[in-house]
Amino acid sequence: MYMELRFHGRGGQGAVTAATILARAALLEGKWAQAIPEFGAERRGAPVSVYARISDKPIEVHSNVIEPDIVVVLDYELLKVVDVTKGLKEGGTVILNSPVNKSPIPSKYKVYCVNATRIAKELNLVVSGWPTVNTAMVGALAKATGVIGLESAVKAIEEYFSNPTLGKLNAEAAARSYKELEPCSD
Amino acid sequence: MEELKTRRPIPLSTNYAIAYAARDLDVDVVSAYPITPQTTVVEKVSEFVANGELDAAFIHVESEHSALSAAIAAALTGARAFTATASQGLALMHEMLHIASGLRAPVVMSVAMRSLSAPISIWNDQSDIFNARDAGWVIMFVHTAQEAYDTVIQAYRIAEDPSVLLPVMVAYDGYVMSHTTEPVVVEGRESVMKFAPKRQYPYRLDPDRPVTIGAIVPPEYYYEIKYQQVKAMEGALPKVDEVDREFGKAFGRSYGVMECYMCEGAEALIMANASYAATLKSLLPDAWKQGYKVGLLRLRLYRPFPLRQFVEYTSNVKSLLVVDRSISYGAPYQGPLANEIAGAKLKEDLGFNLISVVAGIGQRTMENEDFIALARLAWEGRTRKFPETVFYGVRE
Repeated sequence: MYMELRFHGRGGQGAVTAATILARAALLEGKWAQAIPEFGAERRGAPVSVYARISDKPIEVHSNVIEPDIVVVLDYELLKVVDVTKGLKEGGTVILNSPVNKSPIPSKYKVYCVNATRIAKELNLVVSGWPTVNTAMVGALAKATGVIGLESAVKAIEEYFSNPTLGKLNAEAAARSYKELEPCSD
Repeated sequence: MEELKTRRPIPLSTNYAIAYAARDLDVDVVSAYPITPQTTVVEKVSEFVANGELDAAFIHVESEHSALSAAIAAALTGARAFTATASQGLALMHEMLHIASGLRAPVVMSVAMRSLSAPISIWNDQSDIFNARDAGWVIMFVHTAQEAYDTVIQAYRIAEDPSVLLPVMVAYDGYVMSHTTEPVVVEGRESVMKFAPKRQYPYRLDPDRPVTIGAIVPPEYYYEIKYQQVKAMEGALPKVDEVDREFGKAFGRSYGVMECYMCEGAEALIMANASYAATLKSLLPDAWKQGYKVGLLRLRLYRPFPLRQFVEYTSNVKSLLVVDRSISYGAPYQGPLANEIAGAKLKEDLGFNLISVVAGIGQRTMENEDFIALARLAWEGRTRKFPETVFYGVRE
């Protein structure tokens, strides 16, 4: 198994943390993983890309992901300004944080939607007015692709947060998202 | 903590891996100034100091010049001193780099390699370290976060060895490595301190027994003192190898001073370090499938240069492509490493064709196909001369 992923988000939504938690979850399952932030645009609200790799074997390559198998979009509005399917492998998977169960992504890809923003708000996971949707999207990723299991996603989230209450809430976000995720199309 | 007991790898960026090494080495003094992309090293160390995991004096200084000054002074009192920097920070330290090695202060410093201004670029290349190469420090390049953790530990054993007493830089690619999270086994304080116990600095500054260190030296003596640095650097070479082997025995991981990867049956080699070496390891099998039988010569120990190993690995190849990620403007080869390799080739009467390639300046992206293109260039170099440095990927 060797999977390459790309996360699209906005600075402040926690895309880097999502990739780091994914890596931690994969490690818990005895896999090898990498999380790689794209550099230069670390401003709140600016579009950011983060990459990740998961493999059964140690990963030597240290460079950006160009042709991902999986794309995770943390902000629906980004679809207007970023070509999120750029380089996406044929038959690849797109996971959208979408306010509606609809997607403008071409149907040649496997597309899944979840309202991670609503889930984050329900759990009061809001920092400086920004719903932190990252942990919900990790749960969605687990459901859509199976690259990590929900159990290890939850454990990785709980380990990541030094505040146990926050860890529990974020783990709950992942679990709810795992339950709610659905295939979607235009 | 559960992670420590099981030696389960945990996800760490290279910056964090280095901070964990500093913690496990029980460093006494950390003096640092933030600079991208190093900052999260000392951020994490300051967290360790604040939460009591590390009992160290954390000195917030006003510049990198002071950061290294304080670290040097601390080391000369016998304290285990650590600092970290990059780019302009390393450039601003330049005066103190020579003072650290001249005073034989066993400081260890991590460097998240980054380009130099102007124009401003926060991104990776290796201009900073290659500008510092003649400052008399032991310089080691690492290619994974795990190797960074391990090498910082090895670095103190080397620096503090009474037969060496030289400062050591542990260098890795800014961003591409500094901010990439990957699995790292963290060994913990007990086993690390068993491997690298603190030593008494032999000529330490002590208010009860005052001495002057670094006073003016007239022409009758200065030369000999600098020559002692020459001998110390020569002596460091077997010590680095020895420490690495002992590290392997203690922790099950060792790296050698220079690594030759996929070299069996290779007719050409690419010399690369840090992240480029890591990426080439993953791509060379593809290059072989395309008919380019090219190996990787990974530069780990740079100063002192492991010439014996270099000769051993290159004596039977037809070409050697040297990748430089900095520029020696106007030099015969404009890649500084290639220039040195030309010297080594002449000195040791080696027969390979040398190809000098500059790439990745200011973190210009190198995709997989670009690395394969380098393998093809190395392969072509067996039968074709490249008299000039190739500036790969530049728009003219």
